[in-house]
Amino acid sequence: MSNTKFILGVYEDEDILLSAITNIRTAGVKIHEVYSPFPVHGIDDVLGYKRSKLSIVAFLFGVLGTSLALTMQIGMMGVDWPMIIGGKDFIPYPSFVPVIFELTVLLAAYGMCFTFFIVSDLKPWAKPRIFDLRITDDKHVMAIDLDQNKIDVAKIDQILKDNGASEVNKKTFDEA
Amino acid sequence: MSSESVIREPLITGGKTVHDVTEDISRRVEEKPTKLWMLAMTISLGLLAVGAYTVFLLLWEGIGMWGLNKTVGWAWDITNFVWWVGIGHAGTLISAILLLFRQRWRMSINRAAEAMTIFAVICALQFPILHTGRPWLAIYWMFPLPNTFGSLWVNFNSPLLWDVFAISTYFLVSLIFWYIGLIPDFATIRDRAKNKISKSIYGALSFGWDGAAKTWSRYETVALVLAGLATPLVLSVHTIVSMDFATSVIPGWHTTIFPPYFVAGAIFSGFAMVLTLMIVTRKVYKLEDYITIQHLEMMNIVIIITGSIVGVAYLTELFIAWYSGVEAEQYAFLNRATGPYWWAYAAMMTCNVVSPQLFWFKKIRTNIAATFVLSIVVNIGMWFERFVIIVTSLHRDFLPSSWAMFYPTFVDVGVYVFTFGLFFTCFFLFAKFFPVINMAEVKSIIKTTGEKAK
Repeated sequence: MSNTKFILGVYEDEDILLSAITNIRTAGVKIHEVYSPFPVHGIDDVLGYKRSKLSIVAFLFGVLGTSLALTMQIGMMGVDWPMIIGGKDFIPYPSFVPVIFELTVLLAAYGMCFTFFIVSDLKPWAKPRIFDLRITDDKHVMAIDLDQNKIDVAKIDQILKDNGASEVNKKTFDEA
Repeated sequence: MSSESVIREPLITGGKTVHDVTEDISRRVEEKPTKLWMLAMTISLGLLAVGAYTVFLLLWEGIGMWGLNKTVGWAWDITNFVWWVGIGHAGTLISAILLLFRQRWRMSINRAAEAMTIFAVICALQFPILHTGRPWLAIYWMFPLPNTFGSLWVNFNSPLLWDVFAISTYFLVSLIFWYIGLIPDFATIRDRAKNKISKSIYGALSFGWDGAAKTWSRYETVALVLAGLATPLVLSVHTIVSMDFATSVIPGWHTTIFPPYFVAGAIFSGFAMVLTLMIVTRKVYKLEDYITIQHLEMMNIVIIITGSIVGVAYLTELFIAWYSGVEAEQYAFLNRATGPYWWAYAAMMTCNVVSPQLFWFKKIRTNIAATFVLSIVVNIGMWFERFVIIVTSLHRDFLPSSWAMFYPTFVDVGVYVFTFGLFFTCFFLFAKFFPVINMAEVKSIIKTTGEKAK
């Protein structure tokens, strides 16, 4: 069993939070993560997060959908059981367009969303670390992992307060 | 010298703070069901039960229980189907297309509009499923599943099959789009929950959401890409529905104008239904600060635009029928306007072309009572549009000896009532147990477009 100790800086306002993140990172403190009740514009830049690659995932799943739809329709209508329907070709490509489009969209959307669930560890039985119950209400919480920082606790406290944190709390998670 | 730009009307009024948003919306989920809600739920369950009886009769006795005959082989079933699918267009349009256009007024209404979309599509799906007569076998007729009938596959040349794919994709994509938006709000309710049961239910529904910046960043990418995928999808669904008719050779259906005209009509009726529901919801839940007159006015403007497109399409159809010189086509339209179903045509023209033009007057489009009445009028008109297109094109077919009229039976009416019961039961359950406004999105604009923003 190990304990993970965090110092939490609670922020009321997203603009104060953004400048605080920049200042705290310049001061050499490593930020574990920032938790917010809503998406804060520009927070990925100040935290140094790269753009998510999920759009590429969506594209790849879309390509998979297109090829599946094509293979399925050609296989069924042209190979497995060819039938003359209204004098059309056995493989009438124009008729395949709607199903190709729909399956492309379907696979792109579901492939991306499920990848999102997996990489973000979102699942109905997940047991999230709740740093503060007010995160989903109106407070932004900056969590600083003490194990990752060599700086003195009192000093981190001071840095957080100097940068507009309305409260500074501590939280320990017992983890198996 | 300093100059100040004109400040836009705030989207959220009443000087709300971020915490107020949580309180105002979550309270509705947490409070005990009100008497009014119980009454509304009883009425919709009543409709559902009465309708379910006619659905049972239909399945037990067969499709002959409907008023169809050999000339009019498609009537209320497909009319209701197209009507519900059309209504189901507003939600994803609001959340997808308006997201791409960065229209922030969508944020107060997208949650309920998407819910309405999903329930409307569920209602629409009842009709093709029931029309198969034996729904327990229909899965083989609708989807290309491996089977032992000599491996007889579905026909990919058929627009009806395209429809199966279009509607199911639309339903599934709208569902996940809606659900991903709900996850952060379920987390809000989880973190406020007082008792164990609701904590565990909303805990499971929220998928362990913790509000991390990294997750929010991915969430925003997902929302944007989903919007990009859903935008052509919305337009494709009613396009494909219109191809059920447009690819046939029936005069009155065989028209290339159908796809854009159906899409405009779908958005038109969808926004009307959103207005009907939102006006009631905002009143009952006292959400006047979130869904302001400005929101209603924006939706009314969409109604004028799409209503006018529909009006132009009606006139174009008439002109092309005359100008084409095809006698069958000319007769189909003459019969629509002056034949035995002239009253349906007149109802369609009045409700869809004339009535939305009243919204050109600012007094009318900012008046809640007038908007409410007109939104219902529009949906009546859109029902008649589908009825006119379908029944009047069929009832006088190529052989005058087989001309017939269509009269609905009580089972026709009953199955329609069934879908109303289903729709309102779902909607009231949603309004009680789910946050009706997207809290996280509204919170993100409080600072910039709230009243204190100046």
